[in-house]
Amino acid sequence: MEAFIHQVTSGLATGGIYASVALALVMIYQATHHINFAQGEMATFATYIGWALIQAGLPYWVAFALTVAIGFIGGAAVQRIFLKPVEKAPVLTNVIVFIGLLVIFNSMSGWIFDHTIKPFPSPFPTEGFLVTKYLGGHEIGSMLVTLVVLVAIYAFFRFTPLGLAMRAAAQNPDSAALVGIRVSWMLALGWGLAAAIGGIAGMMIAPVVFLDPNMMSGILLYGFAGALLGGIDNPWGAVIGGFVVGVLENLLGAYVIGTELKLSVALVLIVTILTIMPNGVFGKKVVTRV
Amino acid sequence: MQTTSNVQSAGAAAAVSAPAAAEARYLGFTARQWGWVLGIVGGIALICAPFLMKNYRVFQLNLVMIYAVAVLGLNLLTGYGGQISLGHGAFYAVGAYTAAILMDRFGVPYWATLPIAAVLCLVLGYLMGFPALRLGGHYLALATFALALAVPQLLKYKGIEDWTGGVQGIVLMKPQPPFEFSLFGEKLSEDRWLYFFILFVTVIMFVLMWNLMRGRVGRAIVAIRDHPIAAAAMGVNLPVFKSATFGVSAAFTGVAGALGAIAVAFVAPDSFNVFLSITFLVGVVVGGLASIPGAIFGAIFIQYVPNIADQISKSAPWAVYGVFLILLMYLMPTGVMGMLRLLAARLKR
Repeated sequence: MEAFIHQVTSGLATGGIYASVALALVMIYQATHHINFAQGEMATFATYIGWALIQAGLPYWVAFALTVAIGFIGGAAVQRIFLKPVEKAPVLTNVIVFIGLLVIFNSMSGWIFDHTIKPFPSPFPTEGFLVTKYLGGHEIGSMLVTLVVLVAIYAFFRFTPLGLAMRAAAQNPDSAALVGIRVSWMLALGWGLAAAIGGIAGMMIAPVVFLDPNMMSGILLYGFAGALLGGIDNPWGAVIGGFVVGVLENLLGAYVIGTELKLSVALVLIVTILTIMPNGVFGKKVVTRV
Repeated sequence: MQTTSNVQSAGAAAAVSAPAAAEARYLGFTARQWGWVLGIVGGIALICAPFLMKNYRVFQLNLVMIYAVAVLGLNLLTGYGGQISLGHGAFYAVGAYTAAILMDRFGVPYWATLPIAAVLCLVLGYLMGFPALRLGGHYLALATFALALAVPQLLKYKGIEDWTGGVQGIVLMKPQPPFEFSLFGEKLSEDRWLYFFILFVTVIMFVLMWNLMRGRVGRAIVAIRDHPIAAAAMGVNLPVFKSATFGVSAAFTGVAGALGAIAVAFVAPDSFNVFLSITFLVGVVVGGLASIPGAIFGAIFIQYVPNIADQISKSAPWAVYGVFLILLMYLMPTGVMGMLRLLAARLKR
């Protein structure tokens, strides 16, 4: 029983990371109706920037804030430079550009920071009043960070004029433009936010899996699975989906199929969700007119 | 020449334009005769080529032809069919492992593994095509992307280690040439023999694809890509055609995988990672979407450009790939073949 509880809690901890990746994916999907395949690689690159800042001697939280800021600006810049020209292009063009970004960011991480696996510091204490034998300090800390991010995003979209403008631009770009919202810039803002969230997720997972250029590829897959499970147009659903996938992955890995096939769980999950309930558990049904 | 044909067409209205075009001569040959000349010269060049270069270069040429078949398969699905697959490395891996296991464990001759790999991949691709029916655009890309990411793990799975050799993979022997032969003082080595074998298979695969695409089936596939509803209204059976496209595309890539296992004489899980699938996509985009000859240009690109870029840095090939992918999408979305067609059209005017 104790082992079971431990598996569930550590599943929740990794689930928190998946939830933030899923949240980042949903951000971009909501704003542009595209699935960003480069999300994981962009997050890894942001994490490398964070690592470099910490190596340069900055205190952790200063480096953290700087990384998030750089991630935000970088994400918005990527949208302006690489995706604006293909905003109205067919899906295939967009997917190819995303894949292009994926390999560019992946090789830049390896090129600039080299391929050796690096340890990444955790800002959270290993001892404390919340730390139990089930949950380490870092696990609790990263879950808290995920929740803070989630609440902040929710508040941003729900209560600020800018958040309202972004939602309007995503839902009905033409009408939004008519009332004076700069739709294209709202998309850039969405990309910036997603990249910033990805950077946070990267800095939270790096102490666990260690930093290397391919760090996020598996995590991205689980993030996808989580986002799809919850419904790719629903931020809350995506977060819940992320946690569920985290727990499911840990339990299946521990009791059913062993750790070697963990990634295949994500594959099966993705294909199953997409075929059986393409809108996810909390997603909206979309009806397309011919 | 231009003036005479103008005069003619002015004099005799529409009657002459067709025969005049047919008899147009370039340097004394008609277009058809030029086709024969080029074909014969090209054929001789293809036969002599492996004897004029080192074994390693022949090996590289073999890989180019193998990639061309794989890219051709993906192009059927993505270029003609409009279905995005980021997971064709999986079918390449299945083909490669089928060939390797059959040769290693069952002593099947190398040439006999190709049809088996093709049939297996056809079935697997057809089955993968079923969920693909319900997934459009991004979602299909996502599902196949997940497939590509999961492949190395599946191949390392302990339960099938007796067959796949686990992380170590399978080491094979290159097939011996069946007879002694030499040209220009170079012996018919294993790689050179494989060159002719792979060339033979590649030509067959290209002819097959050519025939598939120019007939009713090819038109149906393109119609589904361009307007599924209209295609269905015209009597095209969408589910069958889409799954079958997936299956045939997987079969082509599977044959390429089997050839790859024979030519490299080694298979291991980590060589079939997600970047292999991306490589094929790069080949399709560079060569030109929905173009059969484009597959050759795409294959040349993915074989030689990384070698050149490798000299800059270990990571450079992928950066170069990425930059090429994005630039091509902006500047030359129809790839090399599209550009050649454009040039030909300019020159004709």
